Amino acid sequence: MPWLDLLLGLTLVVTAGLALAARDLFRAVVMFIVFGLLMALAWVRLHAPDIALAEAAIGAGLTGVLLLDTLGYLRRPFGSRVDKPGKHQ
Amino acid sequence: MSLRLVSAALLCVAVTVALAWAVLDRPLPEENLPDRVAAAMPESGVDHPVTAVLLNFRSYDTLLEIAVLLLAVVVALALREAQPDQPEAMGLDNPLLRAVMAWLLPLILIVAGFLLWAGSYQPGGAFQAGSVLAAAGVLLRLAGVTTAWLDNATLMRAGLALGLLTFLGVGLLVMIPGAPFLTYPLEYAGTLILVIELTLTLSIGLTLISLFRLTPPYADDPDEAREQAGKTP
Amino acid sequence: MSGALVFAWSGVLLFGLGLFGFIAHRHLLRRLLAFNIMGSGSFLVLVGLAQDGRGVDPVPHAMVITGIVVAVASTALALVVFRRWYRASGRTDLPEDT
Repeated sequence: MPWLDLLLGLTLVVTAGLALAARDLFRAVVMFIVFGLLMALAWVRLHAPDIALAEAAIGAGLTGVLLLDTLGYLRRPFGSRVDKPGKHQ
Repeated sequence: MSLRLVSAALLCVAVTVALAWAVLDRPLPEENLPDRVAAAMPESGVDHPVTAVLLNFRSYDTLLEIAVLLLAVVVALALREAQPDQPEAMGLDNPLLRAVMAWLLPLILIVAGFLLWAGSYQPGGAFQAGSVLAAAGVLLRLAGVTTAWLDNATLMRAGLALGLLTFLGVGLLVMIPGAPFLTYPLEYAGTLILVIELTLTLSIGLTLISLFRLTPPYADDPDEAREQAGKTP
Repeated sequence: MSGALVFAWSGVLLFGLGLFGFIAHRHLLRRLLAFNIMGSGSFLVLVGLAQDGRGVDPVPHAMVITGIVVAVASTALALVVFRRWYRASGRTDLPEDT
C-alpha cells in the first residue's frame, strides 16, 4: 500500500472540507491556499513536475492573491467613503 | 433550509457513488498514449514530452485555450464602468516592501525566463513562465508601483492579443507549403515552438495581470474612481 | 492499489465535496472556492486514472496544465463579476437563492 499517497490524499480531502466548512471567510481562503500547495505536492507524487510548477505558481500563489484581494474589498464598509491608505495619484 | 441541505447532500452522495462506479468499472485503454508520444518525439522539435504534446501534437487545444484567456480579458474589459484603463494605486506603500521588490523583481523575471527556456528539455514552459510573470505584475500592483507601459492601453491590448495572433499566424503560415493547419515542418519545429512559447508567455502573463487590474477599485463610486485615477475616461 | 489510483479516488471525493459546497453555500466567494475544488478533483481523476499501473503519461499532463490556467482565468473573471455585483447591490449572494 502506498501509505504516503494515502496520507496525502486524505489530507487533501480534509483540507478541502475545512476550506468549505470554515465559518470565517478568511480562514476558508487560507485553507484553500493550503489546499493548492498540497495539490502541488500531489502532482509531484504523480510524477508530474510540470503540473506541480503550474499549480504552485497559480493554485497557491495567484489564486490566493486574487481571493485575498477580494476579501479585503468585502471587508471594507459598504456604502461609506473610507479613507484609502494609499496615496492619490 | 435543512431540506435544501439534505437534498444537496443526497445529490452529492449520488454523484460521488456514480463517479466511484465509473472509476471501478472503467474500460481498459486501447491506445497506449505514452508509447505513441515517445515514438513521435523525434518529429516534435523539442525534447520534453509535455511541451511536445502542448505545442505540437495537441497544439489545437492550446490555441483554443489562449483564445479562451483572451475572451476572459475581453469580458473583463467590457465590464469596466467609469473605471479608466489606469487603475487606482493600491495601498501598501511601504519602503521595506519596495526595497525587497527591487531585489525580487529581477529574480522573478529571471526565473520566468529560465522556466520558458527550460520547457524545451525539462519541466517548465510557457504556462509556468507566464504565471510567474503574472506574479511579478501582481506584486507591482500590490506595492502601488505604477509603470507607464502597463498603463498604456494600446500596448497592453497588443500584448494581450500577441500570443493568439502569433499562434494563428504560424499555424496558417505552415499551410503555404501545403501542410495541414498547425503542422510544423520538421527542420523549423523547434524554432517555431520557441517563438510561439515566447509570445504565449507574454500574453498569459499580461492576461492574468490585467484580469487582476480590472477588478473594480476600492473607491466607492465611479466618480471617485475617476477622480482618483486623475483623468477623464 | 497503486499511488496513482489513490489520487484518483481522492479526486472523486474532492469532486463530491466541492459539488456539495457549491450547492449548499450561498456566499458567492465560497461557491467559487467549491468550484475550484471540484476542478482540482477532476484533474486528479484525469491524471490518476491515466497513470494507474501504466507509468507517466504526458498527454493528460498537458491537458491539466491548460486546465489549471483556464481555471485561474475563469476564477479571476468570476471575481471581477462578483466585485461588480457587490459594488452594485451590496450583497454577496444572489437574490434568487434566498
